[in-house]
Amino acid sequence: MGHILIQDLCKSYKNRRFVRRGPRDPYEPGEVMRILDHINLEFLEGEMVCLLGPSGCGKSTLLRLIAGFDTAASGEVTIDGEKVTGPSPDHIFVFQQGGLLPWMTVWQNVELGVRNVEDARVRRERIQENIDMVDLADFEQHYPYQLSGGMKRRAELARALAANPDVLIMDEPFNGLDFFSHMKIREEIVNMHELFRKTTLVVTHDIDDALLMGDRIVVMGGRPAQIKLNRRLDFPHPRDPKKNAALGDLKDELFLMLGVSYAV
Amino acid sequence: MMGWYRGKQRVVLPLVSLITILLIWELTARYSGWSSQVFPSPSKVMRGMGELIANGTLLRHSIASLFRVTAGFYLAIVFAIPLGILLGRMETLNLMLNPIIQFLRPISPLAWIPLAVLWFGIGDRPAVFLIFLACFFPLTVATAVAARAINPVFFQVAANFKFNRWETITKIIFPAILQQVLTALRLTVGIGWLVVVAAEMLAVRSGLGYLILDSRNALRMDYVMVGMMMIGLIGIVLDGLMRRLIYLHPSLQRV
Repeated sequence: MGHILIQDLCKSYKNRRFVRRGPRDPYEPGEVMRILDHINLEFLEGEMVCLLGPSGCGKSTLLRLIAGFDTAASGEVTIDGEKVTGPSPDHIFVFQQGGLLPWMTVWQNVELGVRNVEDARVRRERIQENIDMVDLADFEQHYPYQLSGGMKRRAELARALAANPDVLIMDEPFNGLDFFSHMKIREEIVNMHELFRKTTLVVTHDIDDALLMGDRIVVMGGRPAQIKLNRRLDFPHPRDPKKNAALGDLKDELFLMLGVSYAV
Repeated sequence: MMGWYRGKQRVVLPLVSLITILLIWELTARYSGWSSQVFPSPSKVMRGMGELIANGTLLRHSIASLFRVTAGFYLAIVFAIPLGILLGRMETLNLMLNPIIQFLRPISPLAWIPLAVLWFGIGDRPAVFLIFLACFFPLTVATAVAARAINPVFFQVAANFKFNRWETITKIIFPAILQQVLTALRLTVGIGWLVVVAAEMLAVRSGLGYLILDSRNALRMDYVMVGMMMIGLIGIVLDGLMRRLIYLHPSLQRV
């Protein structure tokens, strides 16, 4: 489960015809901005795919199309042969930040993931299991505002995994986290991926994240965005670009491709 | 010693200023040479209050006013909150109705008095209508603003976990706007309480506004002041109750 095929996907945003939001609004009313231009991609079952690219290049738009939050101008996304027509618990989106509902406790938030489970006992077990897995036992009755940034991310991960989706979609999951939480959650995501082998899409603009986590790296760029690189990575975990020469070379290549340099 | 003082100063300091004002008031009333008919001293007002409490008038009028405010306020809640949510979430409806609301909003409820009496006759109904008007517009606007400002991520979460329409309303929209609406309710009760006095100066024979008007006609300025004090006291109590409401849900207790 979780085989994703993206065929000839195009997306453009049209500015509202009559609305110019202010004197400095750079866009003409009615102007069409092309974001994605004939994107073709295939992600295999259980792959961890890392999407890299400069900000504003359309990575998030692509994710939103795969999640079904948005509709494409042309082309289509199919998951396991079925066309994506809207959001569904089969492909859960993990938000950049603040995806937990602030008026629900950790328990109630994770409960959203098991809404379709009939048996109340099974439901409770699955909620507890997932909360324990992300190390949030004893925090079940806490509200999101009582949690640290990293704990919020983990709670949202628990909620997503509780739904047992075929595809996990993460938009910049490390955004706004401190260094240690970043490392820890990155490790947890990889561990969970090793464990459950769910197709996981991660948007990031950190090359290291992509190199360390990805089974596949996709680099996007340009406007409208095109695929600059789509490469399968078959390095075993744990990975370290400093110790693995091939990984290090790829890192240099990515830096070059993205037009930035590591050494200053 | 300092600790005792710090702990009690929230009580002591207001008390000090209150006693000072009463003292100045009493002395002015006694030695200014004004007639106590025109400028009654606090002791006279207190005596007047004693009389009005003893014969039950004060309680009766307070209840009458509170009843009208409650009725008008609840009516406003019933209409304003659903309308506010619709306006906040439906752009077309907002474009249609918002100009009308913005046009009617700055018209003081008091300007409606002639029409209110004409339409609803005398008694409670015109007064309740005026309070309703006073509460309706601010509540509608506040709810609409809150509903429009709901983080779109929450709706995406709802869609992702297949909330139906009813669940989206009860589990996303209501809790998301709760805090702002409760704040608006607190302000709105205050406005309603402001208006009830004016509303009761016409066409009714009960309520604190009526008490003030009637006492003026009888040249009992001490009773007028009793009426004013009662309005102030009930106003404080109402605001205190509404402030507690703001912490209704545990997730709101972050401030």
